[in-house]
Amino acid sequence: MSRQQLDARRMLCPMPVIKTQNQVAAMQVGDEVEVICTDPGALNDIPAWARINGHSVIDTVQDEDEIRITVRVGA
Amino acid sequence: MTKQHKAVALISGGLDSMLAVRVLQEQGIEVEGINFYTGFCVEGHTHAIRNHDKEKQKRNNALWVAEQLGIKLHIVDVIEEYKDVLLNPKHGYGANMNPCLDCKIFMVGKAVEWVKEHHKDGFDFIVTGEVIGQRPMSQRKFTMPIISEESGADDLLLRPLCAKNLPETKPEREGWVDREKLYDFHGRNRKPQIALAKQFGLHDFASPAGGCCFLTDKSYSDKLVDLWQARNSREYELDDIMLLKVGRHIRPSDEFKLIIARDAGESKFLEGYRKQYTSLHALSHNGPMALVDGELKQEQYPLAAAIVARFGKGRSAEEVEIDIATPDQQRQQIKTAPLSADEVLQEWYV
Repeated sequence: MSRQQLDARRMLCPMPVIKTQNQVAAMQVGDEVEVICTDPGALNDIPAWARINGHSVIDTVQDEDEIRITVRVGA
Repeated sequence: MTKQHKAVALISGGLDSMLAVRVLQEQGIEVEGINFYTGFCVEGHTHAIRNHDKEKQKRNNALWVAEQLGIKLHIVDVIEEYKDVLLNPKHGYGANMNPCLDCKIFMVGKAVEWVKEHHKDGFDFIVTGEVIGQRPMSQRKFTMPIISEESGADDLLLRPLCAKNLPETKPEREGWVDREKLYDFHGRNRKPQIALAKQFGLHDFASPAGGCCFLTDKSYSDKLVDLWQARNSREYELDDIMLLKVGRHIRPSDEFKLIIARDAGESKFLEGYRKQYTSLHALSHNGPMALVDGELKQEQYPLAAAIVARFGKGRSAEEVEIDIATPDQQRQQIKTAPLSADEVLQEWYV
């Protein structure tokens, strides 16, 4: 299992979703990617994208400036 | 056992593409969605940069539609390739800078390419939510075969909502779908779609005025044309077209334009660009963040500062101190009297 980080800061949705999607396509089931973003839209969009594509959001951390969303790759 | 056929549908996030998929799902077709991001797409949270929109639900409508339909959605970044569509539209522009027909041909063509790239997934045909007469430029009876032909989709492009007004496609001819259960919608009247949505139990759907693209918006198109004229070039980057969506755009000179935030939300957004653009903000009073697009010469600092001072809390003060920072963080402070409302000339507003 690998864990990677993806910098999507200053990108506006749907770019953080697209970057996550492309990263996940190159990963294996069970791998995790932590997406760091600044667009609050990602709080809705990345989980929605994960749900419809069979992946899961396992952690979300939000501070004043950044949001960190960890996605586990599904089958 | 008969093979279950599979389609990929262009999902904009609006009602029509949602219904087109739902109609096919009723016939047992397995559908996945595809959505192309050009950089000009209208997203709920692009507007939500502004404070007063904060309460609006921040959702990407294409993702939301896919979830309602229970289908996968593939979002494809076409920002670079789309430049050629916008700059050189074979079929011309609509009322503004919207190359709608070329855009549709491009997107269906990209879907054709995507299906080929994903041939292992076995997609049999492509679906759109187009309705004849729905849009003045791209969705007309004579444009439908142009889109099918020039995109390369040919008779593998099915429009379930108006299929009965069009020649049979391969999915219909081969019996993959039942033509009788498709629709004959036409014109700008949305009542048939609303009724069908009700029949399917769909009550919440986006119906953005002017479609889902900023290029159909006159104010946005004017800003884009101004940017090209000022640069003497029609090149653009993603940051350029994002910034056209934000703030007041004031061009007091051919050399530079000020992008002035309209509220705290936009100020915060523009702050993210301070390492790329010269920026101005008031030190002595509360006021907006402003970016400079173009070249701000030293002798123009006082004018730029006086304009920015006009849009802050110090607009009635005798003097406002403005900080000007270049991308490499060289800073200079200028004390200036704010311009009056009349001194910010109407023709400066882009």
